[in-house]
Amino acid sequence: MSQSAQLLHEPWPDRPRETEGYVFAMWIFLATEVLFFGALMAFYAVNRWAHPAAVKQAAAHSDFWFGTINTAILLTSSLTIATADRALEHGLPRLARVALWLTLAFGLAFLLTKGFEYRKDLEDHLWPGPNFALVAIGARPFWGFYWIATAVHAVHVTIGLGLIVRLIILSHRRMLRPRQASMTVTTLYWHFVDVVWVVLYALLYLVGRA
Amino acid sequence: MTRRELKSVLLVPVATWAGLCLALAATAAYAFLPHAPVKPVVALVIAAFKVILIAAFFMRLDRASALVRITAAVGFLWLSFLFIFTFADFMMRSAGA
Amino acid sequence: MRDTETPQAAPETPKPAKPSYLADGHTVASWIFTTDHKRIAILYALSITVFFFIGGAAATLIRIQLFTPHNTFLTAGQYNRLFTLHGVVMVWFFLVPSIPTTLGNFLLPLMIGAKDVALPKINLLSWWLYLGGAVLTIVCLVCGGVDTGWTFYTPYSTLYSNSCVLLAAAGVFVVGFSSILTGVNFIATTHMLRAPGMTWFRLPLFVWAIYATSIVMVLATPVLAMSLLLVMAERVFGLPVFDPRFGGDPLLFQHLFWFYSHPAVYIMVLPAMGVISEVIASEARRRVFGYQAMVYAMVSIAIIGFMVWGHHMFVSGQSPYASVVFSFLSFIVAVPSAIKVFNWTATLYRGQIRFAAPMLYALGFLGLFTVGGLTGLFLAVVPIDVAVHDTYFVIAHFHYIMVGGTVSAFFAGLHYWWPKITGRLYPEWWAKFAAIGMFLGFNFTFFPQFILGYLGMPRRYHQYPAQFQIWNVLSSSGAVVLAAAYLLPLVYLMWSLFAGRRANANPWDATGLEWTTASPPIRDNFETPPRVETAPYDYHDPDIGPTQPNQPPRQPQAAE
Repeated sequence: MSQSAQLLHEPWPDRPRETEGYVFAMWIFLATEVLFFGALMAFYAVNRWAHPAAVKQAAAHSDFWFGTINTAILLTSSLTIATADRALEHGLPRLARVALWLTLAFGLAFLLTKGFEYRKDLEDHLWPGPNFALVAIGARPFWGFYWIATAVHAVHVTIGLGLIVRLIILSHRRMLRPRQASMTVTTLYWHFVDVVWVVLYALLYLVGRA
Repeated sequence: MTRRELKSVLLVPVATWAGLCLALAATAAYAFLPHAPVKPVVALVIAAFKVILIAAFFMRLDRASALVRITAAVGFLWLSFLFIFTFADFMMRSAGA
Repeated sequence: MRDTETPQAAPETPKPAKPSYLADGHTVASWIFTTDHKRIAILYALSITVFFFIGGAAATLIRIQLFTPHNTFLTAGQYNRLFTLHGVVMVWFFLVPSIPTTLGNFLLPLMIGAKDVALPKINLLSWWLYLGGAVLTIVCLVCGGVDTGWTFYTPYSTLYSNSCVLLAAAGVFVVGFSSILTGVNFIATTHMLRAPGMTWFRLPLFVWAIYATSIVMVLATPVLAMSLLLVMAERVFGLPVFDPRFGGDPLLFQHLFWFYSHPAVYIMVLPAMGVISEVIASEARRRVFGYQAMVYAMVSIAIIGFMVWGHHMFVSGQSPYASVVFSFLSFIVAVPSAIKVFNWTATLYRGQIRFAAPMLYALGFLGLFTVGGLTGLFLAVVPIDVAVHDTYFVIAHFHYIMVGGTVSAFFAGLHYWWPKITGRLYPEWWAKFAAIGMFLGFNFTFFPQFILGYLGMPRRYHQYPAQFQIWNVLSSSGAVVLAAAYLLPLVYLMWSLFAGRRANANPWDATGLEWTTASPPIRDNFETPPRVETAPYDYHDPDIGPTQPNQPPRQPQAAE
């Protein structure tokens, strides 16, 4: 644990309890997110169970390389933010700051890549509207799931990036060291965003290949 | 920054990241293997492995309190209720028809 | 019968050094940007009261329409929008928040001996999110409302309705996050901020109730949020999710919706059960019978309540095998509720009952909740449900639980803790009158609806065959009495704020940490942080069994 005095908020009686409390509260919130995304996965599961062939065929149109590169980007961003958290804990605020900047960069790279992928998907008529490329029953819900799930995930990535920017600003003002709890809680959220993507990757990009 | 500090700060995250990259390569390769069996199951199992790596080592569940571990698990347990009972309906619609 | 029936007025209590939380800042900003859980509770109380009357206005118009069989007071389209408004507002903007955000927010830290909740700023955010959802819903109302029913069933809500579905769904989505954050806060608070000596099994049952409710809120509400998001995605962006033409299944929406909405009724009833435990123990001056069983019952309800949702879907096309499973589990979930009713009754036995207004509401709860619960069991029987689904029988059942149960408990708690929250005593005889009026008005309004449903009158119909008129007239007439009984407390409680007798710290001579501090409390709740050494409900010697009278009887500290 770093040597610096940590910030204490009302109504907490002492710092260790407060950190434990904030971390616990974030885990509870992550449990709610498991159910939020989980309900979306239920939609995917029901559709895939009902129309397995159509889903295989529809999923073959997802861009494997965009998906895989994005997965690698996000996994690496988890590495950098985990490093930032541990660095701050061990009293290395400058390493933490560098690692946070790297995380922000990877996060933005993820969104940028996603943007390019969306553009390609639209060019390939993969928006399940009037010009949809596929006809099989069950193909549209798959692609409906794709757009909804990746958009909701992207919103979460953006929120995460906002939290990271906050930490970077605190770091530049030399105000990060007393806020270890803030760092830990942000890293937990970011890792969760990564977890969701790991599952989405398996559902969207590995289906119907070969 | 000392060698010791680097070790405690970087060793576990980098090792975890390496494990995740290997898993990514494995799952991608398996997807492209022609005539490989139970692809959806394997993909989900490897995804679960990745999730466990992230949860245990990045999110520090390996040394978390019992309370935090239960909290981490509870969302998945409740989600299982949603899946089990919803699929109980869908899968038994035509049973006995 | 005890000597004194009314709570005690203040003797010469010395003024505390610090101001009460009410006096701690007089600007609007000090209220709407407060992080004090007690002020947030009051902000919520004002907000839900507004929505209670909006939902009540919709109900009034409905009951006027139904006074005669072929009334043209409202068109079918207007009627559809009104019952939807009534449901959406009453469920999400009144009942779900009611006890947890008002009494829960106010009392949870006090009852565990803490200064505030775990995340005070998140608590404020929860209220702001409530307001955000409220604004969206009001805009929806102004734009003509929504006609899908509070249940938003697809494909009508996603493809065919011409009403403001997006705004209504968005409003509920936002207020759902208010709920989630409150739940997170309360769980963290209960785990982490209990005073020294306050072990889990020394917690008042109200705290356990709020804790169980929070678990349900946290695990159920996200699924509602996603189900509404999917409806919005389908409606606004045309992304096929539930559309059967493209392979979707409308029943998937119902599964996702009811996965939340059945546990939601436990969100509404568990806090009520907590209130009743507190009031009955205090007003009968008995330890709660079977405290541990009461705890396990609430936790069981919270868990098993997640496995019964399909009983709303018996006639939807759901697999009959799944229906049987859901029916069986619905029988199981009734058991812990019944245990609680038996234990409350046993708590009353050999008690020294004081029939003040809170106890009248609590006794009303016992009867009305039992009727509601029993009729719920009837509905859990698949063939009975097939006959009465979508009739007034179902409406009567859930109003017995939600209004007869939760609203009665809410009023019980409001009156019981009014002296603590405001520092004033409410006028006792007016309160008794309102309580009795509410009980009578409620039964006159809703009992005829059981008969109507059994006779076959469908719900959500703006006109009906003439043979049902007598029961509808009874119901609408009862609603007049009920409305008066709801308005009366508004009047005398507001009056008491200015002219009510001042209360001392413990007007009911009750146990519980909240009664050890001033009425109203200071900003940090306790002058000195409390230590707990005794079990809860220490109203009599623990060696006195449930069938023995209290000996000797405890006198309230300040005689009238």
